[in-house]
This record gives sequence, structure tokens and C-alpha cells, in this order.
Amino acid sequence: MQLALFIIFGLLAVLGAFNLLAQKHPINSALSLIVVMMSLAVLYFSLGAEFLAAAQVIVYSGAIMVLFVFVIMLLNAGEEEHTDDSKVASIVGFPGAAAVFCLLTFVFLKEKATLGFSHLESALGGAVSNIVEISHVLFTKLLLPFEVTSILVLVAILGAVVLARKEL
Amino acid sequence: MSPNLFALLPEIVLTIAGVLVMVAEPLLPAQSSRKPLGWLAILGTALSAVAAFIQHRAVDAAGAPMMGFYRTIQIDNLSVFFHLLIASIVLVVLLASLDYFEGPVSHAGEYYALLCFGATGMMLMSCSVELLMVFIGLEISSISTYILAGFRKGQATASESALKYFLLGSFATAFTLYGIALAFGATGSTSIAVLATMLHSSNTPLIARLAVAMMLIGMGFKVSAAPFHVWTPDVYQGAPSPVVAMMSTAPKAAVYAVLLRLLFNGAPQLRGEWLVLIQFFAVLSMFIGNLGALLQKDVKRMLAYSSIAHAGYLLTAFASFQQDAVAAACFYTAAYASMNVGAFLVLTQLTGYNENLRTLNDYTGVARKRPLLSALLGFFLLSMIGIPFTAGFFAKFYAFSAALRGGFSWLVILGLLNSGFACFYYLRLLIALYSSPASEIAEPSSTRPSIAATLALAACALATVGLGIMPGRLLHLLQRSAPITLQEQPGNSASLQ
Repeated sequence: MQLALFIIFGLLAVLGAFNLLAQKHPINSALSLIVVMMSLAVLYFSLGAEFLAAAQVIVYSGAIMVLFVFVIMLLNAGEEEHTDDSKVASIVGFPGAAAVFCLLTFVFLKEKATLGFSHLESALGGAVSNIVEISHVLFTKLLLPFEVTSILVLVAILGAVVLARKEL
Repeated sequence: MSPNLFALLPEIVLTIAGVLVMVAEPLLPAQSSRKPLGWLAILGTALSAVAAFIQHRAVDAAGAPMMGFYRTIQIDNLSVFFHLLIASIVLVVLLASLDYFEGPVSHAGEYYALLCFGATGMMLMSCSVELLMVFIGLEISSISTYILAGFRKGQATASESALKYFLLGSFATAFTLYGIALAFGATGSTSIAVLATMLHSSNTPLIARLAVAMMLIGMGFKVSAAPFHVWTPDVYQGAPSPVVAMMSTAPKAAVYAVLLRLLFNGAPQLRGEWLVLIQFFAVLSMFIGNLGALLQKDVKRMLAYSSIAHAGYLLTAFASFQQDAVAAACFYTAAYASMNVGAFLVLTQLTGYNENLRTLNDYTGVARKRPLLSALLGFFLLSMIGIPFTAGFFAKFYAFSAALRGGFSWLVILGLLNSGFACFYYLRLLIALYSSPASEIAEPSSTRPSIAATLALAACALATVGLGIMPGRLLHLLQRSAPITLQEQPGNSASLQ
């Protein structure tokens, strides 16, 4: 059951990602991104991370994608124009991506036997439920990163103001 | 004061200063000067330096590092040193940019606020011993630098600079984050203290090594080490000069602090593996930086390649063992900061907001019109070559002797060879400054530096001379601070030394 879910939605995520790159019109790309996000949410759910799955649907497929679609509509963006492809990018890019993919696959296959058995039991030991555990970590051990993220958001807002301004 | 707040004091002061700048900005009349906001930011930065110094006294008195916020941050002499360094860099850059952002720029208030927030992020990086905290700090510092790089709007190079930096920077951040995730997968924790004991004994050794490599790639990008240097010349060319002075030194210093903690405290048992990567980065950076700089005509691009080369020299120090390496690397960041900030601030004064002097030709004969500034630029260039009695000499000396003690004489030979190459392009600029102009192409800006800018330039020059004449005091402090870079859970701290 789990394997079937993984194969179906993993494949869907990969196909969605390829489609995202292949589509010429931005709205089609945005819609394929939703496919990727939703399939990822299902994968998270099947791994037992309900909270992450819900957050993925609400934040990415909901909020962020709505924003994307709005921006595309407001900008009235049409078909993307193609410039002459960079030579270096086309020569190095694909083999590079393939090399990284092969390296990661090799590492994960090599460690297949022990994967997931590291010390994770101790880290997740005695977990009551996912959400209880996440909120506990968020307000004790990771309190500072959680709070400091507010500065990060503030900087991002400042950036939007600065970059969107009109020069006097 | 609660120990948690005390451990975070410099960051809190800077954040408050940044927020105050943002709140005060709309209260000023639209057309009025934004200098008061600049002074507010300067005050905040100076106070945060004072706060860091108070922490230093407290740490020295206690004789042991302070931990805060559930062991996510650690205040020891290493983090105090980087706090002070970052605060000084930002302070000097703020002083020098008071006039730079006077004329045609709108939103100068945001510039001051962004510098404050960026410095907060860098300081958080330098004191965090938890990789998630490192990541948030890295993002705060990077995102504010991306924005600052595009501050000279209306010029095509500025937009190119900001966009290129943003895209490539996000790509590199993804590598760091993947590395952190893999480290968690291999050890079940993202705390450096836990990594130190678990990383080498992980059930999945290959993943643990891949994690360290991925993080090194991400960090290598941020310090512009080759082969992740491609963004550097374009970004430095397009960004405003005072911003380049900041972003070529302060964020890099913070990343070096993270690297020192991560490599020497988090993964000491994997030294054999990461050392190969570090040496590869160091050698490639030195050669690409110096040979690339020889080909450049644009002065800012040339200095960008020189900063790649300096990243290479600095990384040679990592070949040594902990105490030497930490002291040499910290000294190098301080020396490099003093001369590089100085050089870019002189460029700021010479070229003004429009940056009408670009190529080596434009700089020909500038010494006749601006003799003092040219002399100062010449002094910073000599320091970058590594002439004795300047900061650059002892920086290279300590870095190379650290590598020698680590047993890597071939690395030192390559480093010395590269220092020789480097003479050519620094001297070429120096000779251009002092030769007679062939034709009147561009005029250097003729406005006299303001008192604040003079103060900033004097501070850089004094720091460069001071580190060149009396390097011992700082080095002694650094060596004393080096070994206690990590505090384990009480009980098994002895096993780490």
C-alpha cells in the first residue's frame, strides 16, 4: 500500500517538475507546481508527518500558489521569450545535474541497509504525536531560530519595499 | 539580566536600532536628509560593540563559555571576536556611506536598517552552535546583502548584480540546507556538540561525509572560494562601493566563524576527508583569483578577483590543527577586513555615487588630483600584496606558517608563488595612480571627504598599520580563545579537547 502510494505520487511529483520546466506559459508552470506540491504532501503523509503534509497543502498549494497566480494575472504575463541559450549552461548544466543525481542515488543506495535506523529513535523517542512533538521542540530547543525568523521576514519585507520603489 | 538575554545582547541592541530606524524614517519630512537615521544606526552598532565587549569581560571572568537558549548559541572568545569584527566593519561602512546616500538616492533609511539587520544575522551565525540557527542567520545576512547589492537602481549593472547574487546565492543556500538535512539524517541532531560525537560513528558514514561536503559547498560559495566564485566579479562590479566593502568582508567573516566551529568542533574526526576538499578550494581559489585578476581592466572586478585569491590564502590556514588554524584564520579575517574595507572606501570617495572611474585607464594620474586618497589606496594595495609592517604581511605569514606546522609545505609554496603573481596587478593599479594621465577621460569626484568618512578611512588605515606593527596582542588573544570553542554537556567536556 505504502509502496504503491510512493510510486504513484513520487512519479507524479517528478513528472510535474519536468512539466513545470517544459511549459512555455507561466500559468501552466504554476499549475504543474501545484501538482508537485500536492504529491509531496501525500508523500509526507505516508511517512507519518501529518503536520508537515497539512502545512504543505495550506502554505504552498494554498497561500504561495495563489500569490503566484495573482502575480501572473496582474503582470499579464504571456508566453516566455527565449533568448539564445548560454553555451556553458547547455554544455555543463545537464551533465552536472545528472552527476549530482547519480552521486546522491549512489550514496542512498549504498546506505540502504542502515538508512533510517541511525539515531533517530533517540531524537524522536517517546513522541506522543507529531504536532505535540513539533510544538514542544519549537518552543524549547529551537525557540531562538523560531523567534529570529521574524527578523528574516522583516528583512524580506524591507527588500520588497526597496526593490519595488520608484526612483525619484 | 537573564543569562539568555545577556548572551544575545549585541544582536538585541542592533535589532532595536534597525527597527527604530524603520520607525523614524516615515516621521522625517520626505525631502529632508536621512543623515539622522544614519547616526542612529551608527549609535546602535557602537552600542552592540560595547555589549560584545561586556560579554568578553563576563566570559573571561567566568573562565568558561556561556550558553543560551537551550544550547543554540554559545558566547566564547571566538564569537566575541567575530561580534566585534562585524560591528567594526559595519560601523566604518556606515560612517563612510553617510554622504554616499545623500544625493539622488531615495530610501536611504532602508539602507541603514538593512545594514543593522544584516549585521544581526552575521553575529547570530558567529555565535550559534546549532545548524538550524546558523541557517537562519545565514539567510538574514544573505537576503539583506542581496538587496543592498541592487541599491543603485537605474543602472543595468546594479540590477544584474542583485539578481545574479540572489539566484546563485539561493542555489548555494539549498546546498547548505541539504547538508544540514543529511547531517540530521546521519546523526539525529543538528547541534554541533552532538555532531562532534556522532558524525564519525554514524551508522551511515557515507551520508555523514556527504553532509559535510554539501555544507562546505554552500559555505564555499558564500566566501567566494573557487570553484564557486563565478558570481563575485559581476556582483562586486554592479554593487555600490560601500556595500562591496561590507559584503566582501563581514558576511565572509561570519561564514569563516561557522566553518571553524563546524570543521574543528563538529567534524574533527573527519579531518582527513574535509581537508582534501579545503585544500582543493584553497589551491584553486589562489590560482583562479590571481590569474583572473591579471586579466581584468575594471578596478572593482580586479579587486573582486583579489578577494577570491585572499579566500584561498585564508583557507590554507585550515590545513593546520585547531589552535593554530583558528588563530591564523581569525587574524586573516581581521587583517583582510581592515585593508579591503579601506580600499573600497577610498574607491567610494574617489568615484562618488556615479562611479565614473571604472577601468585602470580612468585611474591614470588620479594621484595628481587627489594625492592623499591615492596615497591611502596605495597603502591598502601594498598591504594586500603583503609588504612587511602592514596587516597583510602578518596575515599571510600566520596563515602560511599554520599550514607549514600542519605539514603541508607544498600548499605554502603554492601560496608564496601566488603572492608573487598578485604583486603584478596590485602594482599595476598603483603605477597607474602615479603616472601622468594620457588623456583626460574621467574626472575623479572632487568633493572632500566629510569628517565621518575621514574618520572611517583613518580607522581602516590605523587598523592596517596596527595589525602590521603589533600583531602579537591580537594573536595572543586569539590563541587563548581558540581551544574553548565548544562546550559539551557537563560531564564529558574533557573528551573533546
